[in-house]
Amino acid sequence: MLAYIIRRVAQSVLVLLVTGFVAFSMFSFVGDPIDNMLGQERTQADVERLRTQLGLDQPFPVQYYKFLEQAVQGNFGLSYRQGRPVSEILVERLPATLELAAVSGLLALAGGIGFGIFTAIRRRGPSASTIMTLSLIGVSLPTFLIGILLIYLFSVELGWLPSFGRGQVVDLGWWSTGFLTESGLKALILPAITLGLYQMTLIMRLVRTEMLEVLRMDYIRFARARGIREKSINFRHALKNTLVPVITITGLQLGSIIAFAIITETVFQWPGVGLLFINAIQFVDIPVMAAYLMMISVMFVGINLIVDMLYFAIDPRLRVDRTAGGH
Amino acid sequence: MTTPVLSVRDLVVEIPTRRGVLRPVDQVSYDIHAGEILGVVGESGAGKSMTGNAVIGLLDRPARIVSGEVLLSGEPVHALKGERLRKLRGKKMGMIFQDPLTSLNPLLTIGEQLTETILEHLDVTQSEARERAIAALDEVGIPAARQRIGSYPHEFSGGMRQRVVIALALCAEPDLVIADEPTTALDVSVQAQIVALLKRLCREKGVAVMLVTHDMGVIAEAADRVAVMYAGRLAELGPVREVITNARHPYTAGLMASTPVASQGHRRLRQIPGAMPRLDNLPSGCAFHPRCDRAEPRCREEPGPSLEACDGRAACWFPLTEKTEVSA
Repeated sequence: MLAYIIRRVAQSVLVLLVTGFVAFSMFSFVGDPIDNMLGQERTQADVERLRTQLGLDQPFPVQYYKFLEQAVQGNFGLSYRQGRPVSEILVERLPATLELAAVSGLLALAGGIGFGIFTAIRRRGPSASTIMTLSLIGVSLPTFLIGILLIYLFSVELGWLPSFGRGQVVDLGWWSTGFLTESGLKALILPAITLGLYQMTLIMRLVRTEMLEVLRMDYIRFARARGIREKSINFRHALKNTLVPVITITGLQLGSIIAFAIITETVFQWPGVGLLFINAIQFVDIPVMAAYLMMISVMFVGINLIVDMLYFAIDPRLRVDRTAGGH
Repeated sequence: MTTPVLSVRDLVVEIPTRRGVLRPVDQVSYDIHAGEILGVVGESGAGKSMTGNAVIGLLDRPARIVSGEVLLSGEPVHALKGERLRKLRGKKMGMIFQDPLTSLNPLLTIGEQLTETILEHLDVTQSEARERAIAALDEVGIPAARQRIGSYPHEFSGGMRQRVVIALALCAEPDLVIADEPTTALDVSVQAQIVALLKRLCREKGVAVMLVTHDMGVIAEAADRVAVMYAGRLAELGPVREVITNARHPYTAGLMASTPVASQGHRRLRQIPGAMPRLDNLPSGCAFHPRCDRAEPRCREEPGPSLEACDGRAACWFPLTEKTEVSA
């Protein structure tokens, strides 16, 4: 198992090196940053001086190495637009995105697994069919449209929930949370539903399909033939076998919840990293974009790594080193 | 005479389909007594497994029992549903499936699966259940049962897994075990061990066993009596020695002639011409008549008689007599 972990970590590092390269390439290939930093009134000497000062006159590999060296330490340079360190801006914005992603992720998981099991067990029931039909809407409607519809219904028409922003936040030093105030929690509801709905329906359909598949297996029949209770068959025998593929997809989906929070954050003007990224694109704020790219890839790789570890916890067949004799 | 453990009376199973109603099991009757092994043979699709599934109430929809009775120690069980049926399964009747590789849950240890079943049916504590589980594994010949109880199914070989499956089917001490092709998925050398094990457990515990198989060798080895099925009906029923040496139904005779016997050297195997008809396309009269060399006009017109027509042995208008040479 240790060898496996080491191999997976090595693969992850490789992936990060490649995305780092892409992020870094933006500096060189998306216009000349010197142009952006110096105004119209500039001399060739100014350009040369800044170029040397920023190290942009050095060969490409050297520049890449320096970029990586700095990135590992969390230093992505200064934002072109705000003139502040990018890492500082990201850390400021990250709690908003992570809280939103965590809530919608939980929503998607709980709802997806719950409804998935329900629709699989009550396959022919009318409520299961209704849920399945509704889930089609969740899969096919684009996120921004769901967000706008929710705003229209709950903010404009009913006036129950705020339509934008994060409400009041409480500062806990390095983390600002919206969980502790009423307005913060209220503001979280609509964006969390918007962001989590698609994932929820996806997980639900996946769990349902897997569960139906598992319920047809011989060992389920055998468990029935032994007089095991339906409840135990569904939740002990079937659910566990359903979870292996579900974890894979769910892991990737949770990664994309963070990554694709961009749209939801834009619709709800949620002050997270997604909104920061959209603004950065508008102003060609490359250090911010590069840092965002790196951050998302670290998250994806990290989540994948955790998912791979989870397989071991669930499926004993992967714990090869335990195998005893008996053949 | 004592009440048989299992008594099937005129059982009919039907599957409604778009192209009409199929009858995979048609008017089947037999008894199995305690400590007795009844072999049920026939080609694929003859209704062997369907009969077993009907007895334990595991018919897949839309198949259902439409008439007839299944009596377990005299109690009718064919109409039971839900909780009452569940409580009988495992406790009164167990089932062994064909493929030991797929009949065990890969994510639970064999100990977990055993204790779960024991706790479900017997009034024992967790630790007593564990002891019983170890004893059950010991009984089916799992070496070092106490150490292996925490193992997962994939840590066992196919034959060992089938032993675990048998232990699972028997751990709550049922009176009846339905073994649905228990040796088909195993190596030949392991098959003999599993058959011997079933036979020993049947004798020692006085369990009634319904042994469904298409392997005449397994029947000859283990069964006391044999029921031959063809296209959903019983073709022949009788003590295994007599049926093997002196088949009365032409189908049984054909089945015997097509079974290789090592001691007879390179005898050319005879086969029964044609194939078993599909259930949605049964011939008129006796379902076997198109393949039967003894068929007379009556066989085309009238369905085969009940077993009683031939001393309760064979459902045939023109059964082979004792002296007749096997000529199918």
